[in-house]
Formats: sequence, C-alpha cells, structure tokens
Amino acid sequence: MTPVKIVEGRAIPFGRKNVDTDIIIPAEHLKTIARSGLGRHAFEAIRAEPGNVFADPAFAGAPILIAGDNFGCGSSREHAAWALTDMGVRAVIAPSFSDIFSGNAFKNGIVTVALPQAAVDRLMDVAREHPVTVDLETMSVTTPLQDRFAFTLDPFRRNCLMSGLDEIGLTLSSEAEIAAYERSADLLQLAAAGR
Amino acid sequence: MSSPKTLYEKIWDAHVVSRRDDGTCLIYIDRHLVHEVTSPQAFEGLRAAGRKVRRPDLTLAVPDHNLPTTRRVGADGRRLPIVDPASAGQLAALERNVAEFAIPYIDDLAAEQGIVHVVGPEQGFTLPGTTLVCGDSHTAAHGALGALAFGIGTSEVEHVLATQTLWLKPSKTLEIRVDGRLGFGVSPKDLILAIIGRIGTAGGTGHVIEYRGDTFERMSVEGRLTVANMSIEAGARSGLFAPDEMTFAWLKDRPMAPKGEAWDRLVDHWRTLATDEGARFDRSVRFDASEIAPSVTWGTSPEDVAPITGAVPDPDSFEDPSKRAAARQSLDYMGLAPGTRLEDVPVSYVFIGSCTNSRIEDLRAAAAVVAKRKVHDGIRQALVVPGSGLVKRQAEAEGLDRIFVEAGFEWREPGCSMCLAMNPDKVPPGERCASTSNRNFVGRQGPGARTHLLSPAMAAAAAVTGHLTDVRELVA
Repeated sequence: MTPVKIVEGRAIPFGRKNVDTDIIIPAEHLKTIARSGLGRHAFEAIRAEPGNVFADPAFAGAPILIAGDNFGCGSSREHAAWALTDMGVRAVIAPSFSDIFSGNAFKNGIVTVALPQAAVDRLMDVAREHPVTVDLETMSVTTPLQDRFAFTLDPFRRNCLMSGLDEIGLTLSSEAEIAAYERSADLLQLAAAGR
Repeated sequence: MSSPKTLYEKIWDAHVVSRRDDGTCLIYIDRHLVHEVTSPQAFEGLRAAGRKVRRPDLTLAVPDHNLPTTRRVGADGRRLPIVDPASAGQLAALERNVAEFAIPYIDDLAAEQGIVHVVGPEQGFTLPGTTLVCGDSHTAAHGALGALAFGIGTSEVEHVLATQTLWLKPSKTLEIRVDGRLGFGVSPKDLILAIIGRIGTAGGTGHVIEYRGDTFERMSVEGRLTVANMSIEAGARSGLFAPDEMTFAWLKDRPMAPKGEAWDRLVDHWRTLATDEGARFDRSVRFDASEIAPSVTWGTSPEDVAPITGAVPDPDSFEDPSKRAAARQSLDYMGLAPGTRLEDVPVSYVFIGSCTNSRIEDLRAAAAVVAKRKVHDGIRQALVVPGSGLVKRQAEAEGLDRIFVEAGFEWREPGCSMCLAMNPDKVPPGERCASTSNRNFVGRQGPGARTHLLSPAMAAAAAVTGHLTDVRELVA
C-alpha cells in the first residue's frame, strides 16, 4: 500500500446521503478479476443525470469526494473502493460511513474523514470554487478560506495509512499466537472433525 | 463470578487470539465461505506474495452470483457454456484457484450448489458459536444459527485465506426485541422490513444485532435466516439469534455437521451461549409482532417501507430535509406519485428467490398462494429460483414446481439470479418488479429497474393479480 500523509486538490461536492455501493459500482462491472479499470464505471447511474457534478470538468480526477450520511452502505464489494481509487479519489469526507466500506477504503489507502454535517455542508460550498486539504499529520481538513475542521481516525488505521503497512505481513508475524490458539481451541477441533 | 455476558460477547471472547492496547483484537475465523465474485483478486494477492491458504479445511467455495439460472447441462449431458465471457472467466478463475489452493469446492453442476448463504447452513458448514465470514454482506444470514457471521471485503478475504484471522474492534450491541404473534399472512420478511423501516439503514451501524423475544423464539430456522440476512440492510454487519433446540434439531445430521460424541459435546456447549440474565445491550428497540402488517418498499432504500394497506408517502411529510430530498429522488426513479395506494401499483416482473427468501419454506408459502391460479397477463416474467439444488429437489418432491409452472412461472436453477443484475436475469429499464430479494437500490436489478421488496407470499400475490396486493385478501 502506498503511504498517504496528505490529500489535497479539488473535492467533488456530491453530498448525497445513503450512497450504496451498487451506486458507486453496479454489479454488472464486478465480473473483473483485476482491481484496476473500474473508475470509468463509477457512479454510472448518476453520471447519466443531467448536470451531475461528476460531469463537471473542474472535478475530473479530483482526489477528494464529499458525500452525505451513511456513505458506502449495502454490498460489501471492495470494487467500490477500487473504483474510487481508479477515478483518482484518495479521501472521502462524509458525516458517517458504513462499517464494511470504511474497512475496504482503509485497506486501499483511501482516507475516510467523518465530520459533522455542518462542516460537511460548509466544505460542499467551498469545494465548488476552491481546493481542500486532508492532512493526516495534523488530522485536519483545511481550505484556502481559513476553514479548519479536526477529525479523528483509529490510531492503528492512521499509522497503517501513513506508513503503507502490509497488514497480512503484519498478522503473519503473529503466527505463533495463531498456532497456539488453534491448539487450545478444543471446540474448533471438534467442529472441524465433523467434516 | 464473571459478569453477565451477551451471546455476542461470549462468541467474541472465545475467538480472541491477541489483543492490542487500543482494544482491537485478532479474531480467529472458524468458517470461510468463498464465491466467484469477491475472491479472484484475493487469490491473486496470495500468489503475488507467495502465500498459502492457512486452513483450506475451514474454507468452502461455491459459485452463485453470476451463474445463469437456465439449464446448465445440454441434452447430450454436457455442461453448457456460460455465454458471457466475463462471467465464464470469473467461474474459471474460481475453479483454478480452488484447485491450486486445495479448497473444498461445490461446483456449478453439483446437486448441493446454490447461493452461498443457503448452502452454508444447509450443509452444516455453519455452526452455532463459530465465527464465519464471506466476501458478501448478506453473510449476516448465518447469525440465524448463532454464528457470529459478517460480510468482508476482498482484502479481508485475502487476509482470512492467509491467516485465518481478522483484526477487529468489538462492536456495540443492539437488542431488537419482538414479542407477540405475527398476524395471519405476516411473515418474517414483513417483520424485518418493518424493523428496517423503523430504525433506518444506518440504525445498526457499528452494532451487532441480537434478535430476542418470543416472536423469534417461535420462528422457524428458515424465518430466522431471512431476518438475520437483512441485518446489513439496517447497517449492522451481524445479526444473531441464540441457538436453541430448534437450531440443533435443524442442524443435526447435516453433511458437514459434527457427528456422534463431538456433536453431543458441541450441543452442550451451544446451550451455554445464550445471553446471560442481566447482560447489558448498548441499545434496545422493541416491537409488538401483532402490529406488523405485510410490508412493501416504495422507494430506493430498504428503509422506505410501508404496510401494504398504506400509500406512497408525500416527501414533504418527512421532517429531515435530506430525507425529503432523498424521497423525492426515490419517487422520481420509481415513477410513483405521492398518495398512490400501494395496492394500486402495477408490476410487470416477479422474482421469488435470493439468499433472503429462496428456502423451502419460502417456496411453500409462495406456492400456497399461487395454487390453482394463473400469473396475470400483465406480468412479463415471473421467476422462481430455489436457493440451492437441494431446495429445488425438495420442492420438486413436494410438487411445488408443478404449481409454479402451471401458473406461468419459470422454474430455474439455483443462484443469485435477479437479486443483483450480474447474471442474465435482469429487470429491464422502467419495469417494476415485485421481488423477495433484499435491496431496492437504484439499478440493483438492472439499470433503471424499479424494485418493490416484499415476502414470498406477497410476491406470489402480485404475480397473480398484476399489482401489489395484500396477500391476506387472496388467502382469507
């Protein structure tokens, strides 16, 4: 995973609430066996709406997406995170995120920034004209108009994002503990024995 | 004396491999289900890093999402090719991967093949008190048997394949307590839709739900699977039922369930899993089962629920401004006017199937409504898609297939089918579908498709009348 310390640039003022992962990437496009190439299908149904924000050339390749409450709900498809990555998004700002999506985003180096609705509303306004900065060092979102909103991230996730850690490699270093657990888990062995 | 614990806390505590200072735990995963759509990139990751699958014996793979539900074997007995090259490629990738990593596999022609969340419980792969994951959000279904089961992304699939563990933070607990008897014609699907309608699609975010109360205690295992399945539609990754005598009787002697002394010892253990008296939940919500009517969705979120006796709401009736805007967008997409009686909404497609409602009990409930009736002329396609080959076989033994076919339904091969528009079963743009599936999202059943979620009996009723219908009027 590429380390991420700062994400700055234009922020797509999308703002919609309850955006499900079917909207981010429809199932039709889940038949790939690769992680790349999904960006052109991202938000397909919304891109078909007249005057949608994704059609605005000012936001082409923008590294930040601003959305409403409960972003990424529904299907667990990590293709949603891959599609966002592929369209250039490195950070999503929203009042809240679904549990599965925020995990998937994290595994792909996408920063999920949860801010109160009022802060999100303000950023939606500012983003139409100005760039936005998400800084993991200072844990803040700032704008050239002197806005400054602090956010929090799970310290472990923040550390992984900033150092680009390979989580599987990290876990495999706990091999002795995993093996010890397996030996001690009598019920697991009983259950497995039935196979 | 240790303090009283919830079912969730007991399963969690029994699976902690190690704990970090911030409370994050390395959790052992007892069971891992794999399907063709969310696994190829995970196996590719293992190959790229030269890693192995740690416990193939705790893993089970079955294709379901993009398999066509039409005949799979030709008249000459040979396997028919999958026309869509991308779907065929994904299936081929799964076959290569399970062979390379020695993972037990139920192939597309096996009698046991079906939707992963139907197959796991049916085979006894899913067991109470276990942790179970799958790269699919409807993994919550397995909580019906008392397994802590949740959907994961592909990176986590890779992590489980390589380590048989996941790093997780403990969730909060949400008690959903329902007491009383469900009324005539009211099914577990109606109940879970009503619950989601009340608490919202983010109501369970960050929480594991435990379904409690005498309504759930009386509910069949199939019904519990329907309820637990849709926990994710309320935002909760998992939904649990305490395993009880009904659970044990349902699971006993299933092919992959332990046998003999191992079974007896496990049952003794499973009896200790129920939430202790005095254990605390972070939140609690109560419902009275007798107040639940047959439910149907009117919008593009599973929380957009109304009783079938009701009408399409006026977006201005919502207090929350963002909900007003969302409802307007939903009604625009759905082609519905506020105030329209739900029973006056015509449908042109009917889908009975999906991991939510494709088990034998679901097919029986639908067949009971369809018997001696015909699919309405206004219906362009009515599909019944059993959840597995074994469900299909059972239904055929009971003659349910003949009831459906004689009425004008198509009787299909098992798979995810019209739930999610990634196989040939799709709802065309602008068409309206009465569907027993779990998501009415924009484009879920196909670009521009309009979905109304409801129970199998209600879907059957819509099929014979050509519009959304209160099933109680048909079977009274």
